[in-house]
Amino acid sequence: MEYILIFITAIFVNNIVLSQFLGICPFLGVSKKVSTASGMGLAVTFVLTLATIVTYLIQKFVLDPNGLAYLQTIAFILVIAALVQMVEIILKKVSPSLYQALGVFLPLITTNCCILGVAILVIQKDYNLLQGVVYAVSTALGFYLAMVIFAGLREQLAMTKVPKAMNGMPIALVTAALLSMAFMGFSGVDGGLKILFGLD
Amino acid sequence: MNKYFKIFKNGIIDENPTFVLLLGMCPTLGTTSSAFNGLSMGLATTAVLILSNLIISLIKNLVPDKVRIPSYIVVIASLVTILQMVIKAYAPEVDKSLGLFIPLIVVNCIILGRAEAFAAKNGPVESIFDGIGIGIGFSLALTLLGAVREFLGAGAIFGFTLQGENYGMLLFVLAPGAFLALGYLIAIVNQLRSKK
Amino acid sequence: MALVLTIIAVVAGAALAAVNAVTAPQIEKINADNLAAGIKEVMGSDKINVAEPQQKTATVAGKEKTFIVYDVTDDSGAKLGKAVQTSENGFGGELQVLVGFDQEGTILGYTILQHAETPGLGAKAGDWFQKENGEKRTVVGKTPGKVNFTVSKDGGDIDAITASTITSRAFLLAIKNAYDNVCVTDANTGATTQAKN
Repeated sequence: MEYILIFITAIFVNNIVLSQFLGICPFLGVSKKVSTASGMGLAVTFVLTLATIVTYLIQKFVLDPNGLAYLQTIAFILVIAALVQMVEIILKKVSPSLYQALGVFLPLITTNCCILGVAILVIQKDYNLLQGVVYAVSTALGFYLAMVIFAGLREQLAMTKVPKAMNGMPIALVTAALLSMAFMGFSGVDGGLKILFGLD
Repeated sequence: MNKYFKIFKNGIIDENPTFVLLLGMCPTLGTTSSAFNGLSMGLATTAVLILSNLIISLIKNLVPDKVRIPSYIVVIASLVTILQMVIKAYAPEVDKSLGLFIPLIVVNCIILGRAEAFAAKNGPVESIFDGIGIGIGFSLALTLLGAVREFLGAGAIFGFTLQGENYGMLLFVLAPGAFLALGYLIAIVNQLRSKK
Repeated sequence: MALVLTIIAVVAGAALAAVNAVTAPQIEKINADNLAAGIKEVMGSDKINVAEPQQKTATVAGKEKTFIVYDVTDDSGAKLGKAVQTSENGFGGELQVLVGFDQEGTILGYTILQHAETPGLGAKAGDWFQKENGEKRTVVGKTPGKVNFTVSKDGGDIDAITASTITSRAFLLAIKNAYDNVCVTDANTGATTQAKN
């Protein structure tokens, strides 16, 4: 039950993009077409899950026992950069078709702040490994959902006439605001679920 | 001197990271619920940017091309961690309000972007000026956005109440207001630039 | 190539260790200072002596709750009461409250230590329930066992923060739990607080 709560909260209530403001760069940058947006969403899901597991193990078995918690940021970002490179190399060898689908997005992921952000949040929230993984997967699905909905809206938007000064990024941001408002409708759902599951 | 002034002005106006280059959007949206928060984030980023520009322009010839990016990331991550510890120790209020967004300065595309586009090609003095210019441009943008959101959302600017306690469209302090306020600010900037 | 990267990493690591050595004690000191200032604030007096903290656990509605209790005396050694650190789930996450009780369990003051409530709504809890806001809003001067210590919407005596009933409920519940499990049980078992130290 606890995992269902983490799952729903991370996707809808505290959506990583629309309410936590992490991963905004790809959200605004690669969301002009649904197909690229979903490619990016998949790549993020893949890397985020792996990165969370690896950074969690590093924190618990390398940094914490040696009193090196202050190296967290530097260690995590290096792990993420190395992981992205490795995923790229392995994917190229093992599954060329998947590599073709995700390849272009992988280098962009190192500087996607939702990867580092989630890795740090899992430690801050004091999750255990399984909770951390569920949280990472759900967060990534939330990212995927936001990307695809937003790209769908922008495809429609491209066919409409907007005032010149609003063209491009401004109108996209206003659209994102409306989407974020829609997601605000989910706030409080987590509290209700807690009561429903008897966790509170 | 003129050259330095030009680099400086370039960072604030012509290549304003927020309104023109559209970089570093996560902290821009995430930390501007008030003018003070926006300003703190802007200054924190500026400090890292100036130092990382300086260090990278100094070591650029020592680092082989293949490990360039990882080396830059290590430099930036160390600077950010130092900043994080200093803020925690001497300005705990700022640490509380910015929270997670301080370590995330590491992945702010502005910093790595300037390292690659400017510091790796120019001398240390020019790089410092570029850092100051871009940093101030970023700080101004964040403070402006924070002030607009705080005024519309809570009827105050920098905590000084201008409109009475019960005034305010709370939406502007919450997530949607960030997108909305930034969208309209960029539209206004676009309009002003096209008139010039 | 690998050598350069190693050198950079070692230099960076050394710089971080050095800064950490300077700032870590300062961070600890600030946390301790904040707590000390918080205790003074909630006890409503500057001239106090604070005893070593004691942990107290109790089962409330089937869940284990932990309270951190600081016994407070004045300069002459007379007991003033106690400051209790208590928490409850608010709207956005854990709401941590430090509340001061006198010997009879009447609230002397409170402060919010940590919260994740909505800015402009639940985040107002730090000011809303203070004394200067009037009898209907404040918790200061009330004894949780003697008044109906819930929000007026639930039939209680205290007005909730506008549009933030969930935060207000959590806030009042945190204080009520502290009262029930720290002040009341201590009174029942006699004044054993001094012996505990």
